[in-house]
Amino acid sequence: MIEARNLTKRYGDTLAVRDLSFEVQPGRVTGFLGPNGSGKSTTMRMILGLDRPDTGAVTVNGRRYHDLPWPLREVGALLEAKSIHPGRSAYNHLWSLAQTNDIARSRVDEVLDLVGLSSVSRRRAGKFSLGMGQRLGMAAALLGDPGVLLFDEPINGLDPEGIRWVRNLLKHLASEGRIVFVSSHLMSEMALTADHLVVIGRGRLVAEMAVEDFVANSSGHFVRVRTPRPVDLGRALSAQGAHVAAEADGALAVTGLPAGAIGDVALAGGIALHELSSQTASLEDAFMELTHDSVEFRGEESLPDGDRESAPSRPSDHADARRPLASAGK
Amino acid sequence: MSLAIDNPTLARPGHYSPAGVLRSEWTKLRSVRSTTWSLLATVVATIGVGVAATATEANRWTHLPLPDRLTFDPTNLSLTGLLLGQLAIGVLGVLVMSGEYGTGTIRATLAAVPHRGLVLAAKAAVFGAVALVVGEVASFGAFGVGQAILAGGPSPHASLGDPAVLRAVVSGGLFIGLLGLLALGLATIIRHTAGAITTFVGLLLVVPLVLQAFPASIRDVVARYLPANLGNAMTSVHPQTLGMTPLFSPWASFGILCGYAVAALAIGGWLMVRRDA
Repeated sequence: MIEARNLTKRYGDTLAVRDLSFEVQPGRVTGFLGPNGSGKSTTMRMILGLDRPDTGAVTVNGRRYHDLPWPLREVGALLEAKSIHPGRSAYNHLWSLAQTNDIARSRVDEVLDLVGLSSVSRRRAGKFSLGMGQRLGMAAALLGDPGVLLFDEPINGLDPEGIRWVRNLLKHLASEGRIVFVSSHLMSEMALTADHLVVIGRGRLVAEMAVEDFVANSSGHFVRVRTPRPVDLGRALSAQGAHVAAEADGALAVTGLPAGAIGDVALAGGIALHELSSQTASLEDAFMELTHDSVEFRGEESLPDGDRESAPSRPSDHADARRPLASAGK
Repeated sequence: MSLAIDNPTLARPGHYSPAGVLRSEWTKLRSVRSTTWSLLATVVATIGVGVAATATEANRWTHLPLPDRLTFDPTNLSLTGLLLGQLAIGVLGVLVMSGEYGTGTIRATLAAVPHRGLVLAAKAAVFGAVALVVGEVASFGAFGVGQAILAGGPSPHASLGDPAVLRAVVSGGLFIGLLGLLALGLATIIRHTAGAITTFVGLLLVVPLVLQAFPASIRDVVARYLPANLGNAMTSVHPQTLGMTPLFSPWASFGILCGYAVAALAIGGWLMVRRDA
């Protein structure tokens, strides 16, 4: 288990992580979500003992990282793509890491094979693409066959095939009972990969829950209704305490009543329905809502100038992420 | 897809060890081209300048005034190239550490070996040993070629059996090794390649120039502590002077130079443990 307790980290005037506590359990993929600049990488570095928290502590399997007898055999990490000397081959990079933790040479070939870099393993890593660099980072993380795996934005720079490969790999590793902690700012990706979420905004814990709960708890639930008599139905539903809003295409967005109850109201009023579907907010929407709140909340606390990190921007280039996760009825 | 080599939950006895970290540092050092080129440059520069210096002196010998003939030190002359060789080894000493920070490799290194003092010690041991061996090759090579050139001319020349000559030539290699470690220490403090190389070169070449602006009484006393003059004392058979001020003895010079390297590495190590990686 990874256990973070009251982590706070300040760089100069910038408060990167603030009183952050969470746990990461084995056997499932835990997504670490937050907008860019929200403190994900800082937290990852603190778990690995690379950065020292100002206050608080983080342990891996009950021990501080510094006290692990064989760090690479216990924890594998992909921190940033291409953290490798451009003049060194992938093979020698991995071999030099393996030697520190008494890992057999054969394991180097094994992980190179696993990530599909065997054919280029003797080439200088400076010639690698970003995607190849990510694969090399994955190989380094898996080198010691660790029970704990940390991946910081592992799908950056990967093509669709590579993304699917990472997704399956993460799930497979979790299914073997390992701790898999993967950061991302892409909600759509986490919807497909993660079972559990730790969400941070501006260095603070925003939510820690199962993916389904995360979406369910967001206020994005509504029922979409199409009818030839929208005004009559709207009145009838309002009378039952529902909130009714008009969608751009003439449909009604109803909140406060489940789809079944809306159907009953329509039947009672003799009103025909052309569409009745439960809409679930996308993970992206739920995330935006949560972190947006946290930014507003934090903004009121008159933080020093250096703390004005990039506010969450809506990733318009991931438009497909905006489609509903589930819709029922029609 | 099978990932497991052994049971991930199975505790393995023991602890990562200095031996493994040393092997790792050796792998890292030998697996980049800059190592080969820098080491080659160290040897070529040391021997090349030695050839030029001895050949020039052999030609001038018959025209040299008597005082210069009396203080003529053929051993020291053939090792003149160490002043260029020290720059090449210094660049490598810087790159060994700054290369890790510049590329982000340092994070992988410290995640594998959280004991930072051990990482620095292993780097210093591996690189220091390589620099020493290459320094000795350069020093003995420059001595051998230089004395062969002098032997063909009218001037006296030295052989390793002469008093203090072996000490001077061995010291040439020690000088290269220690300057390399000084550069490694500076790079650990500064962490940026350009900044560390600039500091190293500035220390060796610019400080002596600045000292020229001071009166001789101050200049010569301070100049005795400069690495180049310490190296000059170490590689001399006849005691050398700066104007009226004698240089430190060869062994005192060696001690001071060791002090520089140790101080730079100690400060670097202290900062490395304290700072975020």
